[in-house]
Amino acid sequence: MEHLLVLPVLMPLLAGASMLLVDERQRRFKNVVSLAAVLLMVTVSVLLLWQVVGPNGKEVFTYQLGNWPAPFGIVLVADRLSVMMVLLTSVLGATGLIYALSRWALFGPRFHALYLLLLMGVSGAFLTGDLFNLYVFFEVLLAASYGLLLHTSGRGRVKAGLHYLAINLVGSVLFLIGVSLIYGLTGTLNMADVVFRLGELSSTDLPLLKAGAAVLGVAFLVKAGAWPLNFWLPTTYSAAPAPVAAVFAIMTKVGIYVILRLTSLFSAGAGGVGDGPGLAQFGASWLLYAGMATILVGSFGIIASRTLPHIAGYATIVSTGTLLAVLGSGSVEVISGALYYLMGSTVGIAALFLLADSVMRRERIEAASQDVGPVFSDDYETALRSEFEGVELSGPIPAGTALLAGSFFLITLLLVGMPPFSGFIAKFAILDGILKAWANGASAFGGGAEPFRGAVASAWILLGLIVFSGFATLLSLVRQGIHVFWKRHEQAASLSLRPAEALSVSMLVSLAVALAVLAGPIMRFTDDTSAYLLTPETYVSAVLAGSTSPGPDRAASAADPQPAPDAPPSVELGELP
Amino acid sequence: MEVVLALGIGLLTAAGVYLMLRPRTFQVIIGLSLLTYAVNLFIVAMGRLRVGAPPVLTEALGSAAANYADPVPQALVLTSIVISFSMTALFLVLLLAARGVTGTDHVDGEEAVS
Repeated sequence: MEHLLVLPVLMPLLAGASMLLVDERQRRFKNVVSLAAVLLMVTVSVLLLWQVVGPNGKEVFTYQLGNWPAPFGIVLVADRLSVMMVLLTSVLGATGLIYALSRWALFGPRFHALYLLLLMGVSGAFLTGDLFNLYVFFEVLLAASYGLLLHTSGRGRVKAGLHYLAINLVGSVLFLIGVSLIYGLTGTLNMADVVFRLGELSSTDLPLLKAGAAVLGVAFLVKAGAWPLNFWLPTTYSAAPAPVAAVFAIMTKVGIYVILRLTSLFSAGAGGVGDGPGLAQFGASWLLYAGMATILVGSFGIIASRTLPHIAGYATIVSTGTLLAVLGSGSVEVISGALYYLMGSTVGIAALFLLADSVMRRERIEAASQDVGPVFSDDYETALRSEFEGVELSGPIPAGTALLAGSFFLITLLLVGMPPFSGFIAKFAILDGILKAWANGASAFGGGAEPFRGAVASAWILLGLIVFSGFATLLSLVRQGIHVFWKRHEQAASLSLRPAEALSVSMLVSLAVALAVLAGPIMRFTDDTSAYLLTPETYVSAVLAGSTSPGPDRAASAADPQPAPDAPPSVELGELP
Repeated sequence: MEVVLALGIGLLTAAGVYLMLRPRTFQVIIGLSLLTYAVNLFIVAMGRLRVGAPPVLTEALGSAAANYADPVPQALVLTSIVISFSMTALFLVLLLAARGVTGTDHVDGEEAVS
């Protein structure tokens, strides 16, 4: 199964392309094909995970697109981190699609195609090992997200979409500036090769490379939602249709993933001509301060929010802040806890978006009725938007309300970080790691290198901020829960829930419970992942030493001078091969 | 020649950033277009400026890399141009939709309250 690695990119692309050949009224065909594609993606992600961590698994394996060798061609790389993120993406994509099948996918044309292309872009961004290929996949996922954000149109969405589009275009411009600076100095676009060439840079070039890496980092901080670049996030995420907002939760993590990958890679080779740590720990203090500011702003934003989607948007910001603040630390325990926190918070935020849509159905229907008519000529189902029906069971507590209220309670515990859910375990692991590193005398941030000024104070402030953010989330979610589920409303129509929506919310909540129950194996996995990330020589040598398959004419020739493909030469960093 | 190009890129970027911060959507689009022009020129400049050197191997110039222009930035620029023009087209549609839905061309959807 040598082509397994390219399937998470190819399958949604082919499925999405096939959608465009079929008329919009063939609902059943579209639903079946997209559901099949997404479930296949989940299967492929699990297989990839098995290939990486299974009994005869390799730590890192690559796929060379077009059979071109690594630094010259584009490689897809599967290591623990990428495979974990692809699995998370496909699972969230599956639950979002199931939620959308009941209602949102009907409301306008081309939902399925755009959704599948979004999943393709996100999976490609996680799997690629080439900087410009990352830019291309980034644009694919952004283009699909613009279309999905504007799905069903309307005043609020168009306003939010305008701002979202403008800020992401600026982010793309910054991305290009950073990538081209790095290319101009190192002569390569392959991430592993850039690390390899860091050692050859003269001392006049290194500040330019740092500038390029910084500009690149800012582009991803915009995407991740770091303060002060995140003013677009709560408005946009709360204006998005619910299944789209659930996938947006993963899109934020693309920015975090790239920052994590680049800090991990740059911590390897010593840059510069022998003096100083070069690029190692570059920007660690900036990440810490940006993360702390983001947590603070996000917490106050959560307290100030009056609706559930806004709370979920600010919860995204808080999770971004927590992750950013600890990414720069060089400690295995802290990064392992951060990865576990990433999984739990993404699942919780996606579930919160879906839940918010279900409970706010009444307000949203009233808002939607003032909207515009059909926008596209093949938009057939506009009339359905104002429908308000679902499964209603009689009794003092209808089943739908019970399910939603129970899910809301569990998600609150998860997002706040209270036991027994994964939020608690993850935050505890992070705080424990920070305190342990501080107690060991090494600075908590700086991984053994010289600590920057104020590192110890920053560690205690970060501790306080993480706890405060949990408290703020608790405050706001409890207030909203009382308002939605316990208060007696004038128009006391019970919450009606369609089966697909109930299924998808239950899937996410059971995933959250599973994350807590399987915390042991998962944290062993994240421990190994973060240890692997802190020693990127494995990644670099695997990518650069991958061999190409023999071409058809070469296989026919008798005396074949190709080296054995199972014995890659080990690559020593800092030297030319 | 590098100075001229650098000045040009700087001027385009400055104009682009100024326009992007303006309150009307059309100004924002023109600003973004100028910014993308600047970035495309920058990417080409990263391949180092050569006059009279082709990016494709020819018999006459042999196989020494110093005789050729770097083809990779040219490919990067093509990709970037394609992506940014499609995003500009989408932005224009969104501008028209915003004008229709909100009744004004202000970026915030309503005139500033003074």
